[in-house]
Amino acid sequence: MAILEVKDLKVNYGLIKAIKGVSFEVNEGEIVALIGANGAGKTTILHAISGLIPKQAGTVTYCGHDITSTSAFKLIPQGLAQVPEGRRIFQELTVYENIQLGYFTGKDKKDYDELVEKVYSYFPILKERSKQIAGTLSGGEQQMLAMSRALMSKPKVLLLDEPSMGLSPLYVNTIFSIIEEINKSGTTVLLNEQNARKALSIADRAYVLEIGKITMTGTGEELLNDENVKKAYLGG
Amino acid sequence: MSTIIDGLSLGSIYALIALGYTMVYGIAKMLNFAHGDIIMIGAYALFTMMNLTGSPIVAIITAIVVCTLLGIVIEKVAYKPLRGASPLAVLITAIGVSYLLQSVAQIIYGAKARPVTLFSLGTVKFGEVTLSLSALVTLIVCAVIMVGLTLFVKCTKIGRAMVAVSEDKAAAQLMGVNVNNIISITFAIGSCLAAFAAVFYLLQISATSPTLGSMPGIKAFTAAVIGGIGSIPGAMIGGILLGLIEKLCQSVTALSPYTTAIEFGILILILLVKPTGLLGRKRREKV
Ligand SMILES: Nc1ncnc2c1ncn2[C@@H]1O[C@H](COP(=O)(O)OP(=O)(O)OP(=O)(O)O)[C@@H](O)[C@H]1O
Ligand SMILES: [Mg+2]
Repeated sequence: MAILEVKDLKVNYGLIKAIKGVSFEVNEGEIVALIGANGAGKTTILHAISGLIPKQAGTVTYCGHDITSTSAFKLIPQGLAQVPEGRRIFQELTVYENIQLGYFTGKDKKDYDELVEKVYSYFPILKERSKQIAGTLSGGEQQMLAMSRALMSKPKVLLLDEPSMGLSPLYVNTIFSIIEEINKSGTTVLLNEQNARKALSIADRAYVLEIGKITMTGTGEELLNDENVKKAYLGG
Repeated sequence: MSTIIDGLSLGSIYALIALGYTMVYGIAKMLNFAHGDIIMIGAYALFTMMNLTGSPIVAIITAIVVCTLLGIVIEKVAYKPLRGASPLAVLITAIGVSYLLQSVAQIIYGAKARPVTLFSLGTVKFGEVTLSLSALVTLIVCAVIMVGLTLFVKCTKIGRAMVAVSEDKAAAQLMGVNVNNIISITFAIGSCLAAFAAVFYLLQISATSPTLGSMPGIKAFTAAVIGGIGSIPGAMIGGILLGLIEKLCQSVTALSPYTTAIEFGILILILLVKPTGLLGRKRREKV
């Protein structure tokens, strides 16, 4: 069953039509990848789902509820979290304070302690750095912090926007294996990626986005072996 | 010695007002030019309640409630609809709100200055030096408020959310923070501090008029810019510095006519050397 369903979504920025009618769904337990070139509209779609930008048309359904016009902050306690493009951690706060903010809508101290332990077990380096000012973390560490912060809200669905951006190959592998681990422990994942090869290799299904429209869809494996995808996104 | 205490006490009043400017700027990214006029409304609330009840406690509590509510209402009615509008539109609206408040005060109370005596505290002697007790009380209460505010921002969940909103509204929303609520809370705190400023300012000048808020408003805004607008400790330091300079200049006969010119001269100097103010930081550009 689809836990997240986007139907006929249209988003404009002023006169620019960024998303021109996009429909797709994410089923419970899946990893679904959205791949596409720079400016295709991947970030715009995630922002629209999260309620950060207004939609011109279309509907978004989450867990059977229409969330098309739900405010962004209300989706977090409902279990729909996002790790935004460029991390956007709170630079002036410490690592620990960032993680704490991830539990902003939670209220149970015991639950909180368990979650902190859980994210520290995914990212042990953050435990060592808990008192460090987040702005001074390396890019890879900031990505880990951004993911930890989102995991603190116990998401049912996690939207990940380019988690591998700017990371060295070793870090990319680490981040992707943690994404798989998070998924195995029961979180549904919608993943935006430039790194199409990596994304398709862990995705159950994927959609190819070209200037605001979905042009192709299939399982991760099908798309990995598709001639057109190979040419356009996998470097020939 | 008594000049220093007077300077510190005036400075801490400026700091209270500057905190209102700087917190609102930090969170809502706007200059609330009506902030000084909230002090004025607070002063009239004190005036009215003193005449009605004669009790300074009742008057002070009323002023705090009136200012806090007024701050919240102004934000909801005048500024919230403009969220996302051009900064110039917001600025002009704020100036409009400022004139509106002054005109309303003038219609109700007339343009003449009205005398207000909350209570008179006299002086205390420490050995050789005579100090004004009201200056000492001002200084101590303001210090307590500033420490309290610092702890609130540093240690509470709401305080942390305020830092988050000031850095990145969208990311804060993705933590489940209701940005509109945080902005309301910020206006409420700033306006509540303005009520305290009204109390202490009236202890010094003992009269209120529709333009009462203009001068301390502008001085405090200067203090906030000197300290680095958006920075809470910056507003405190800027306020105290400005108060000290003002009282020191006034105590020297040769300098006293130029006090205001010297204060703004120092603002210009500091901005030339450090364009972001003493504690202001340049925001790192987003990637
Ligand atoms: N705030 C904005 N104002 C105007 N146009 C915008 C805005 N944000 C995005 N766009 C435009 O919308 C289109 C889609 O942008 P989007 O950021 O969604 O692309 P993307 O697929 O995430 O790209 P990338 O892989 O580079 O992150 C682009 O043409 C972009 O220029
Ligand atoms: Mg993007």
